[in-house]
Amino acid sequence: MLQRLISSREALLLGAIAVLLALIATRFPGFIAPGNLAHVFNDTSPLILLAIGQMIVILTKCIDLSVAANLALTGMVVAMINVSFPGVPVAVILAVALALGTLMGMVNGLLVWKLQIPPIVVTLGTMTIFRGIIFLISDGKWVNSHEMSEGFKAFPRAELLGLPMLSWVALVAVAVFAVVMTRTRLGRAFYAVGGNPHAAVYTGLDVGRTQFWAFTISGALAGITGYLWVSRYAVAYVDIAGGFELDVVAACVIGGISIAGGVGTVGGALLGALFLGVIKNALPVVDISPFWQLAISGAAIIIAVAVNARAARVKGRIILKSAEQAA
Amino acid sequence: MLMHFQADQAPADQAHAAGTPVLALEGITKAFPGVKALDGVSLRLYSGEVTALVGENGAGKSTVVKTLTGIYQPDGGAILVDGAPVQFPTAQDAARSGVTAIHQETVLFDELSVAENIFLGHAPRWRFGLIDWRSMQARAGEILRGIGAEIDPATRLRDLGIANKHLVAIARALSVDARVVIMDEPTAALSHKEIEELYELVEKLKAQGKAILFISHKFDEIFRIADRYTVFRDGQFIGDGLISEIDEAALVKMMVGRDVSQVFPDRQSAPGEEVLQVVGYSHPTEFDEIGFSLKRGEILGFYGLVGAGRSEFMQALFGITRPSKGVTKIEGELAVVRSPAEAIAQGIVYVPEDRGQQGAITAMPIFQNVTLPSLGRTSRRGFLKLAEEFRLAREYTERLDLRAASLDTPVGSLSGGNQQKVVIAKWLATKPRVIILDEPTKGIDIGSKAAVHEFMAELAAQGLAVIMVSSEIPEILGMSDRVIVMREGRIAAELEGDDLTPETLVRHAAGI
Repeated sequence: MLQRLISSREALLLGAIAVLLALIATRFPGFIAPGNLAHVFNDTSPLILLAIGQMIVILTKCIDLSVAANLALTGMVVAMINVSFPGVPVAVILAVALALGTLMGMVNGLLVWKLQIPPIVVTLGTMTIFRGIIFLISDGKWVNSHEMSEGFKAFPRAELLGLPMLSWVALVAVAVFAVVMTRTRLGRAFYAVGGNPHAAVYTGLDVGRTQFWAFTISGALAGITGYLWVSRYAVAYVDIAGGFELDVVAACVIGGISIAGGVGTVGGALLGALFLGVIKNALPVVDISPFWQLAISGAAIIIAVAVNARAARVKGRIILKSAEQAA
Repeated sequence: MLMHFQADQAPADQAHAAGTPVLALEGITKAFPGVKALDGVSLRLYSGEVTALVGENGAGKSTVVKTLTGIYQPDGGAILVDGAPVQFPTAQDAARSGVTAIHQETVLFDELSVAENIFLGHAPRWRFGLIDWRSMQARAGEILRGIGAEIDPATRLRDLGIANKHLVAIARALSVDARVVIMDEPTAALSHKEIEELYELVEKLKAQGKAILFISHKFDEIFRIADRYTVFRDGQFIGDGLISEIDEAALVKMMVGRDVSQVFPDRQSAPGEEVLQVVGYSHPTEFDEIGFSLKRGEILGFYGLVGAGRSEFMQALFGITRPSKGVTKIEGELAVVRSPAEAIAQGIVYVPEDRGQQGAITAMPIFQNVTLPSLGRTSRRGFLKLAEEFRLAREYTERLDLRAASLDTPVGSLSGGNQQKVVIAKWLATKPRVIILDEPTKGIDIGSKAAVHEFMAELAAQGLAVIMVSSEIPEILGMSDRVIVMREGRIAAELEGDDLTPETLVRHAAGI
């Protein structure tokens, strides 16, 4: 049992993050002060939220490239609502963001489920469409900080027990989806459908419908993150979070979520996102150029995939009886 | 009439008036873990003659083809080309010796041109290894004309119909200066007219002096185009001779007349009241007017050749596909089965043929695999009750005597036999009334086969109604109370009691 825990991907990744932090601490000890670590976590929260949604989508053998565009469109819509109706309470804004993101996720899910278009094509298309819609509704203009109401901007920064709301939302999402994935029929269905779609059909699962729910969850999380992102940075424009979908997929891959589907955990997505978050926050302070930053993130992805591929190979069928006992 | 029923006897020498065989197998043995696929078989192919290789599913025909084409290496015996021993370590070596095969499912590339498909891997070249497109096109055209095919070599393969694709596959086989052409069930996908054209082609190839190995289940076609026959049974050589000296009945007898090597459980079958009634199940392209009834405690066998529509019908019965017409009644009540979930709810479960692809979810732990179709009972309002899951999984894995370190172990790390037990436990845990087993012992060793048969008998004894789809005659005969034979999507016969003999099964399945 202990051995299994140590050899698990999550433990390996946690170790890698610890080593990374130790290395950074040798050059910049202040980085590992609790306050700074909390700051890093808060900064990584949007990535964590999207990575959880993306993990579920990838589990079902799909991919969602539209998450960043979904985030940007939701962000723009709630920002424009705030400009036009400053009195609308944050609770309503959150509800709108959640509903809008969910709706966009459902569109992806329906296209994959009912029309059986490959997910990468569907979300590549909706990604462009969502960005296009932002341009149409905003005329390409920015919504700036001074146009937003104080209440609108305050929510992600509001502190509870010393942590900002943004961090709390991420923590709640981690907790909720850890339960969903391990303790509900829907969570079990995600693993079954991605692990072996043919077998899943014979056990009475509807593969398309399960994938639909994965996209819906991914969209909902992107919607919430859309409001949090826009209010935190106090700006909304067409290109916010441009290319962020690739960071999200990268976090999942580093977190041990198999692109082939069926393998992955919420913990993995969390740690994968944190690994990228630590690199992104640490490299500037230890005085490494942004170009190296990209190269190091890229190297981390390839190393993670290589490690996972090795792990998958070792886990092949055990034929020798003696080896089966030992395992 | 020359016939040899003894496995160890050499092929009849008197029949070999045609001289030295172009290609011969002598005493070839090939074993896979747990199975002896070929046990000292011999096969001789002569220039300008068609030899039909006859045998049931599992007789070793495919293994012989793979041995001849360099895909498998024999464990013992010799391959002779023009009487001289050779070895085919790779498929290229076999091709270089002039042995070429046209497979059941042709392996071609839709996006490439006809000429490219024909010469892929051995295209004529210029200096520096560049492909000589012009001479490739010209030679492709020559070969196609040679087999009477009017196809432009520049056409993209995807634009051709299935019959023309088949001709391209044949052209490809001939493009390597073939001396021996192996045709593995070449008519399976062809229409009546196309089959006639294929026969003409075979005649042409014969006239060109090629030796042809023709594998087919269809007796009419064997007697129409073959000059010689060779019979295999259970990986052993049974006999060979000239087609003109044998009739259908004798050939069938050689094919199936076995000494019963497998022991089946002794069953006191006492079928109870009717559980399942199927009336008029039809599908536009796959099956027509399938109807039968099934009783508690009964094992109903479904026999037929590969492609007779048995699995397709079972998938419709299980709700994976929809029939265009037809009614299912369970215990007299009309049952609506529009999806597998509804079938499971009605007490019908289906253990598919390809357990690797359609059975277990290998990355998942044992207990999750077992409870997957039963989650309705181990959850409340969508939330899983893990303790319930473990209890259910333990109950059924123990019943099947599954040995694993822990129910948390991923199924992928278990041996094949144990994976099979997980799949069966999964279905039993749903407490079914009707269980459909599709080729339950395909590809497993003799020992495990006996265990599966034992277990089926036990299920029936407990009052479960069992439908067993099988292509193995001994299994069908040894296990079934009643057998439905399907041919070309229709019920060809329903047999029980004394009518249930290997000969009647083969006759109805092949339509002779």
